[in-house]
Amino acid sequence: MNQLGFPILSLITYLPLLGAFIIATLSGDEAKIACRARAIALGFSVLVLVLGVYVWTQFNTGIAGYQFVEAMPWLSGINVEYRMGVDGISLFLILLTLVLTPIAILSSNGIKTRARSFFAAMLLLETMTIGMFAATDFVLFYIFFEAVLLPMYLIIGVWGGERRIYAAVKFFVFTLAGSLFMLLALVWIWRHLGTTNIAVITHAAIPAHAQMWLFLAFLAAFGVKAAVWPLHTWLPDAYGEAPVPGTIMLAAVLSKMGAYGFLRFALPMLPNASYAAEPLMFTLGVVAVIYISYVALAQTDMKRMIAYSSVAHMGVIIIGLFTFTVEGIEGALFQMLSHGLVIAGLFICAGILTARGQGLTLKNLGGLASNMPVFAAALMFFTLANMGLPGTSGFIGEILVIVGALKVNFWVSLLGGAGMVLGVTYSLVLVRAVLFEKYARPELAGLKDLTGREYAMLLPLAVLVMWLGVYPSSFTHAFDAPINALVQAHSAALNPHMALAMVTAK
Amino acid sequence: MFTLIAVFAPLVGAILAGIARPFIGRAASLGASVAFMLVSALFAILAYRAGVQAPLHLATWFHVGGFTPDWSLRQDQLSLVMVLMVSVVSMLIHIYSVGYMAHDKTPQRFMSYISLFTFAMLMLVTANNLLQLFFGWEGVGLVSYLLINYWYDRKAANDAAIKAFIVNRVGDLAFAVGIALVYFTFQSTQFDVIFAGAAAHAGQHYTLFGTSLPVLEIIAFLLFIGAMGKSAQIVLHTWLADAMEGPTPISALIHAATMVAAGVFMIVRMSPLINLAPEAMSFITFIGATTAFFAATIGCVQNDIKRVIAYSTCSQLGYMFLAAGVGAYPVAMFHLINHALFKALLFLSAGSVIHAMSDEQDIRLMGGLAGKLPFTCAMMLIGSLALIAIPPFSGYYSKDAILDAALAAHTGMGTYGWVCGTAAAGLTAFYTSRLFFLVFTGKSRAPKHVQDHVHESPAVMLVPLLFLAIGAFGSGIALKPDFIGANFQSFWGSSIAVAANSAMFHMEDISSLAKMAPLLVGIFGILVAVLFYLLVPSLPGRLSQSLSPVYKFLLHKWYFDELYDALLVRPSLKLAKFVWRVGDEQVIDGVPKGLAAITSDASAQAVKLQTGSIALYAFVMLIGLLVFVSLFIWVK
Repeated sequence: MNQLGFPILSLITYLPLLGAFIIATLSGDEAKIACRARAIALGFSVLVLVLGVYVWTQFNTGIAGYQFVEAMPWLSGINVEYRMGVDGISLFLILLTLVLTPIAILSSNGIKTRARSFFAAMLLLETMTIGMFAATDFVLFYIFFEAVLLPMYLIIGVWGGERRIYAAVKFFVFTLAGSLFMLLALVWIWRHLGTTNIAVITHAAIPAHAQMWLFLAFLAAFGVKAAVWPLHTWLPDAYGEAPVPGTIMLAAVLSKMGAYGFLRFALPMLPNASYAAEPLMFTLGVVAVIYISYVALAQTDMKRMIAYSSVAHMGVIIIGLFTFTVEGIEGALFQMLSHGLVIAGLFICAGILTARGQGLTLKNLGGLASNMPVFAAALMFFTLANMGLPGTSGFIGEILVIVGALKVNFWVSLLGGAGMVLGVTYSLVLVRAVLFEKYARPELAGLKDLTGREYAMLLPLAVLVMWLGVYPSSFTHAFDAPINALVQAHSAALNPHMALAMVTAK
Repeated sequence: MFTLIAVFAPLVGAILAGIARPFIGRAASLGASVAFMLVSALFAILAYRAGVQAPLHLATWFHVGGFTPDWSLRQDQLSLVMVLMVSVVSMLIHIYSVGYMAHDKTPQRFMSYISLFTFAMLMLVTANNLLQLFFGWEGVGLVSYLLINYWYDRKAANDAAIKAFIVNRVGDLAFAVGIALVYFTFQSTQFDVIFAGAAAHAGQHYTLFGTSLPVLEIIAFLLFIGAMGKSAQIVLHTWLADAMEGPTPISALIHAATMVAAGVFMIVRMSPLINLAPEAMSFITFIGATTAFFAATIGCVQNDIKRVIAYSTCSQLGYMFLAAGVGAYPVAMFHLINHALFKALLFLSAGSVIHAMSDEQDIRLMGGLAGKLPFTCAMMLIGSLALIAIPPFSGYYSKDAILDAALAAHTGMGTYGWVCGTAAAGLTAFYTSRLFFLVFTGKSRAPKHVQDHVHESPAVMLVPLLFLAIGAFGSGIALKPDFIGANFQSFWGSSIAVAANSAMFHMEDISSLAKMAPLLVGIFGILVAVLFYLLVPSLPGRLSQSLSPVYKFLLHKWYFDELYDALLVRPSLKLAKFVWRVGDEQVIDGVPKGLAAITSDASAQAVKLQTGSIALYAFVMLIGLLVFVSLFIWVK
C-alpha cells in the first residue's frame, strides 16, 4: 500500500470530517456550544497537524513521484480509482493547510452565532482542502476542488460583513463558472486517455491543438481561483467581507489551489500549450504586479489593501511558474507557502483590531504603536515579510522568481520585480496609517495589546516566516526532485533531441 | 572565530534590548546592548590583528537549481577593515546614545535598533556572496527606515522614512536584477567564483534594448544603480537630507559613517568585475563627480545644522565614487574610513549642540556658543578642518589623493571629475566654515529661554567625541602608507583588484600646481566664509537678494523634490485611484456585473439559504455530485 502500510493521508483528510460530525451533534445553550465546538475543532485540527508533521518526517525527499500512495477501486465501472498521495509539491501545501486551520480556529472567538455550523464548516473546509491537495486522481481532485466552495461560501455568506451576500455569491459564481471549464477538460481527458490517474495523464502525449483548448479551460478554472488578473475582482470582496478566520483560510490556503492546479496539471500535461502561453502568462503576471499594486495603494480599508497585495503576489507566482526554470518554479512554490503564512499573519492583525471593536477604515486608525507595541511589532514584521525583506520568507520566493525570470527575459524579471518598489509603497502606507502618527480617534489610546490567545496565533507564524527566510533549505530540498523532473520533462517534450543530448551528457 | 563574535554580538544585544526589557528592566537592557557592542568592537580589533583568513562558512542559505548562496563570513583585508571601522564607530555611538537618549521614553527600542543595524551592516561587509550582501543591504535599509521614523508620531518623520525606503528600493530593484544577471552569467553569486570568472566573461554579450551589450557592463550598471540609492547619489539622493528627521546619533552612524558608504564598499568589493566595465566606470565617475559638486552647492544655503552636514555627506560620497570610477579603489576606501570618523564626529558634535540648544536645529538661531560649549566647539573644529581637508587633518590626505587620481586618469571624464571635485572642495570649505561661524561665533541669536539652558553635554557624550576626534585628526597620517602608499598592494592583497592601468599608479604624475589647487581653493572658500560671516555679516543677505534666482534654485535643492512630486508622486496617487475606481470597479467588474440579474436572483436565494442548515447544503452538494457522476456515465 505505502511505506507506512497505513492510509495516513485519508486519515488526515477525514479526521476533521469526523470532528465536524461530532460538532453537529452538540446540544445545549448557544454560548456553551460555541465554546465546546471551538475546543473540538481545535483539538481535531491540532491532531491532524501532528499527523501531518509525522508524514513530513517520514517523507523521502529523493523521490520525484508520489509517496504514501493509497489506491482502491472506486467507480470501477468508469475506470476511476480512489487515489491519494503526496509529493514534494503537495506536501508543504498540505502542511500549510494543517498549520493554518488551527490558527484560523483560534482566531474565531468572535463567532457567537450559529457557532456549531461555523466550526463544522471550518473542519469541513479542512477536509476538502487537504483532500484536494492529496488527491492523485483527477476526478477525486475535481470533487474536492468543487467541494471546497461550499463551506467557504457559507462562511462568507453567513458570518461575513455587511455586504456578505454579494461577496459570497460573487465568489461562488466566479469560481463555479471557472471550474465548469475544468469539468469539460476532465471529461475530455477521461474520454481520450481512458484514465484519470494524475501520474499517468501528466505523462500522456496530448496533441498540440487539444492542448490549447485544455489550457484555456485550466486557465479559466485555475485563473479564477488564483485570482489572476483580470479574473481577480471576486477576491477583494470575498476577502473583505469574510469573517477573519474565513479570510485567513481563503487568502492563505484556498488562493493556492489555483497556482497548485497550474503546477499539477497545466504545466506538466500541456507543455506545448504552456510554452505557447508563456508570453500571455508573463503579461498577466506583470500586469497583476504593477496594476494591482497601484490599486492596493488607493485602498482605504486595511483588509482590502491586504487583499489586493495578495493578488499582486499571485502575479509573482504566475511569472515564476511559467519560467519553466527550476529557480522560477521553486520560487513560485516557495512564494505560495510564504504568502500563505504572511498573509495569514496580516489578516490576524486586522482581526485583532476587529476584535477590539475597531473598524478597519484606514483613516480612522493610527498611532497604535504607542499603546500596542507588540501588535505594532507583529504587524510591522508581517508587512516586511510581505514586501520581501531578506531574512523573511517573502524574499526567497521573490528573488528566486526574479532569478528564474531573468533566465527567460530581462524585462519580465525587472517588471515582475517591480513589486519590490510598489509593494513597499502600499505596505508602508498601511503600517503608517495603522500604527504611526497621532491617534485618529481618542478611544484608540485605550486599546490593549495582544492577549495570550493572539500570541498563540502570531508567534508560530512569525517563527515559521523566519525559518523559511533564514533556512529555506528545510523546505526547498523536498521541491527539488519533483520540480527537476518537471522541468526536464518539459524541455524534453518541447525539444526531444535537446533533452536526449542533456541526458547523454550527464 | 573573532569575526563571528564581532558580527553576532550586536544581534544578541539587539534581541536583549528589544525583547528582554520587561524581564530585565530598562537599565539592564540598555547595558546589554552597550556591553555586547563593546564585545563586538573588541573582537573586531582582535580579528583585524589576527589578519586575513579563509571565509568562515556558517550554513547553506538555500539550494535551488544551481543557486546556492550560503551564510558565511568573509575575512579578507577589505572586510576586516570595514568590520573594524563599523564596530568601533558603532560602539562609540552606542555609548554616546546612552547620554543623548536619556530623556527619551523608549531608549531600549533605540538601542535595540542601532544594535540590529550594526549586525546587518557587519553581515553586509563580511558577505561572501552577493545575496548575503543584499541581506545586509536590505537589513540596514530597514533599520534606517525604523530609525528615521523613530519619533513616529511626527508626520515629517513618517514622510521621510517612507521616502527613504522607497527611493532605496528603486536602487535595490536594479541591484536584485543585477544579482540575477550575475547568477545567469556566472552560475553563482559567490565572490570568488565571480572574480575568477570575470575575465573569461569580458567578451560575453547580452541583448538589451534590441542591441547586444557586454554583459559585464550591464551588471556593473545595475549594481551601481543599487549603490546610487544606498549612497544617495544624484537622482536617487533625495531621501538623505530628509532622513535627518531621525535622532542625531543615527544620522552619525547610519547616514554618515556606515550605511551610506555601503554603496561605495559594494563597488570596491566588486572591483575585479567593475574593472572590466569601462563604460560603467565612466558613468560612476560622472555620477560621483556631479554629486560631489551638486550636493556641495546645496550645502552652502541650508540653514538646518544637520541638513548642511547631510548634504556634505552626499558630496563626500560622490568623491568616493569619483575615486572608484577612475579605478583608484584603495583611495575610495581611504576616504571612506576617514570620512566615517570625521563625519561621525561632526554629527555627534552637532548633536551635542542641538542637545544644548533645547533641540533647536536652525543655525540662524544659534551663534556665540564657543564660550558656552568649549569642548563641543573644539571637537567641531577638528571635524570641520578634516572635512575641509586642511593638513594634517585626515580629509586632506584622502580627498587630495582622490583629485590627484582623477586628474592622473588622463581621461575626459577624469578631468571632469577633477574640475567638479576641486570646485566642490571650495564649496565644502565655505559651507563648513559658514556652519562653524554661525554656530560658534558672534552673538547668540537664540530666544532668551533657550540661551539660559545652554549647557555642555555630559561626559558620556563627550568621551566618544574625543575618540572620534583623535581618529579624525590622525587617521590620514596613520593610514596613508598602508591604504594608498607604496605598499598598498600588499596591504589590500587580493581583496581589491586595482587594474594595471589604474590611475592609482600615476597619482604623482601631475603638475604641482594641480596638486596644490584643491587646498588653495579650500583656503579661498574659508576666506569667503570669513568675509561673509565674520567681517561683513550683511553681505550674505544682500547677495541672496541680488542673486535671487540662483539662491532660490539652491535653497530648493535644484528642485528635485518638486520635480519628483510633479512627475512621479502625484501622478502615481492619481493613477492608483483611477485604476481602482475605473479599471477595477467599472471595466473589469463591469463584465460580471452585466450578469447582474443572475446575481440579484442568487442573492435573494442566498438570504433564504442563510436560515437553512448544514443538511441543506450537504444535500445541494450531493445533487451536484449526482449530476457529475451521471455526466460521466452518460458520456461513457
